[in-house]
Amino acid sequence: MTRRLLICIAVALLGGCGAPDPNRQTITIKGSDTMVLLGQRWAEVYMKKKPSTVIQVTGGGSGTGISALINGTTQICQSSRPMKPEEKQQVRERRNVDVHEIPVALDALAIYVNTENPIESLTLDQASKIFRGQITNWKDVGGRDANIVLYGRENNSGTYVYFKEHVLGNADFAERYQPLSGTAAVINAVTKDALSIGYGGIGYGENVKAVLVARDASSPPVKPTMQNVLDNSYPISRQLFWYTAGPPAGAVKEFTDWVLSPEGQEVVSEVGYYPLPPATGSQ
Amino acid sequence: MKEALPIPGVLKPSTGPSGRPLPGGEGVNPKSTLRSLRRRRIADRLAEKLIFLFALIATTVIFLIFIYVVREALPLLWETSEGASIAGAFRPPYAWQPVSTSPRYSVIPLIVGTFKVTVIAMLIATPLALAAALYTAEFAPFRLREWIKPAIELLAGIPSVVIGFFCLIVLASWMQTALGLDFRLNALTAGLGLSLAIIPIIFTVSEDALTAVPRHYREASLALGASKTQTALRVVFPAAMPGVGAAMILGFGRAVGETMIVLMVSGNASILSLDPTLPVRTLAATIAAELGEVVFGGGHYRMLFFIGALLFVITSVLNWVGDRYNRRLRLKLFGSE
Repeated sequence: MTRRLLICIAVALLGGCGAPDPNRQTITIKGSDTMVLLGQRWAEVYMKKKPSTVIQVTGGGSGTGISALINGTTQICQSSRPMKPEEKQQVRERRNVDVHEIPVALDALAIYVNTENPIESLTLDQASKIFRGQITNWKDVGGRDANIVLYGRENNSGTYVYFKEHVLGNADFAERYQPLSGTAAVINAVTKDALSIGYGGIGYGENVKAVLVARDASSPPVKPTMQNVLDNSYPISRQLFWYTAGPPAGAVKEFTDWVLSPEGQEVVSEVGYYPLPPATGSQ
Repeated sequence: MKEALPIPGVLKPSTGPSGRPLPGGEGVNPKSTLRSLRRRRIADRLAEKLIFLFALIATTVIFLIFIYVVREALPLLWETSEGASIAGAFRPPYAWQPVSTSPRYSVIPLIVGTFKVTVIAMLIATPLALAAALYTAEFAPFRLREWIKPAIELLAGIPSVVIGFFCLIVLASWMQTALGLDFRLNALTAGLGLSLAIIPIIFTVSEDALTAVPRHYREASLALGASKTQTALRVVFPAAMPGVGAAMILGFGRAVGETMIVLMVSGNASILSLDPTLPVRTLAATIAAELGEVVFGGGHYRMLFFIGALLFVITSVLNWVGDRYNRRLRLKLFGSE
């Protein structure tokens, strides 16, 4: 909120200057609510570096950003999901250029169990059934004969929604699911509770065991490490994208290059997501 | 104060309560004394008006808050927005799933959960607090009494987040190991934590009621040959009964509205069940957990305000009933309110 306000003030101040600055450039960014903080932080740092550039960042959801890109009301669209082929087609029809996709950051979740739990790996389907309440005993996934205790985030959290969409296939959590406020609280609960399972960002895994996750029964379980997130073999991770109509040019190109530079990627970790591996970063 | 003017006794003291000489204080010049008295009466009336004004402001603010809470929830009475409506809140399916492809907003599991935790807390707190009050009022030597009362009342000053934190980290683990529970965070542990918050209330109010029982009740009882215990249990305690009732109701009201302890310790799963070993989600904790990120003016937002109005009404009614009981006690013991 304060950041958005600061940007507004910055815009107002610059707009108020009588003589038009010939170098002044305005960039508009719209899209994913997950990424709005990230976009704002990038804009803030970049505008401090290059005061002649004004960047306006708004959220509204990935879908909103994509339609804004189709209608030409935004220059950069932030999306936490890849654009669908028909959406790309629409941009081609309306704007007469191809969509340019730029992965800008990574986001991933780990599934945690207590260190005393013998379970080492789960498939996505097993995890989904556990959190939906269809599997209620550890022995059904190869553990001890004991009831499973479910922990996770409150329903106002983006992580909750992400887990619900990507692991539960948008089904509802079980009635016995215990929502806690903050990933740290989830980790603490799993540490204390030998029969529990929880989920949260990868960086939190101290004193708990992050299980290996397999995409399905036939694929190998993958350890949630930074490396496996980076090469996309870990299943509960996603790329966060920027889309532009046609390859970025001018001020937008400068900004995009900076975002992919080590300095821009440092902002990614500051906000709590994962920077891109160096290979993709340098185009 | 008003008719005190010609009485000589009032004119006598030449120093105020702090020992300062009053204006025109020698007590020899009747004219200046009269003037000072008049001045004091004006100041007195001004203070009275000012206090009335403050009371009025406080009452108005509370009233306005209630109006605001109700107004935000009101549209749900005649419309269903995003699956939320007041009629739907009491109809099956009894599930609270506000973030879903088909959101369900039933307050029944939350109401049952709230009363479940509250009743558990009351079952633990009432005997402890009443026994402590009876001991302090009837048996404790004067010196000890001077220690016990402030010590228990100090418990009321502990921020509930601190109690919650202690219960979350320490008590929950003890309870789980001691009772072999499946769920570490559950209604029983939350109720135990909550009882720590309401013991001081029940203790203070009932102890006051017991000490308010006039001395001659006890003297008459002892003179008839009753023992100290008989006097305390069969004479003093029944005499103070309305006050003890008030204490319990006020404690109940506090427990219903308490947020932080249950938010931290109850596990917050909205299960419709009376089993005390299951996690539970209360009305107050639901507001605290969800209001931060809801869409302003949306169905979920209005539903949370409806829960707020519900809590407001429940606690107000409980406080009002508690107050009635306290009045009845004074009426019974002294013949006036």
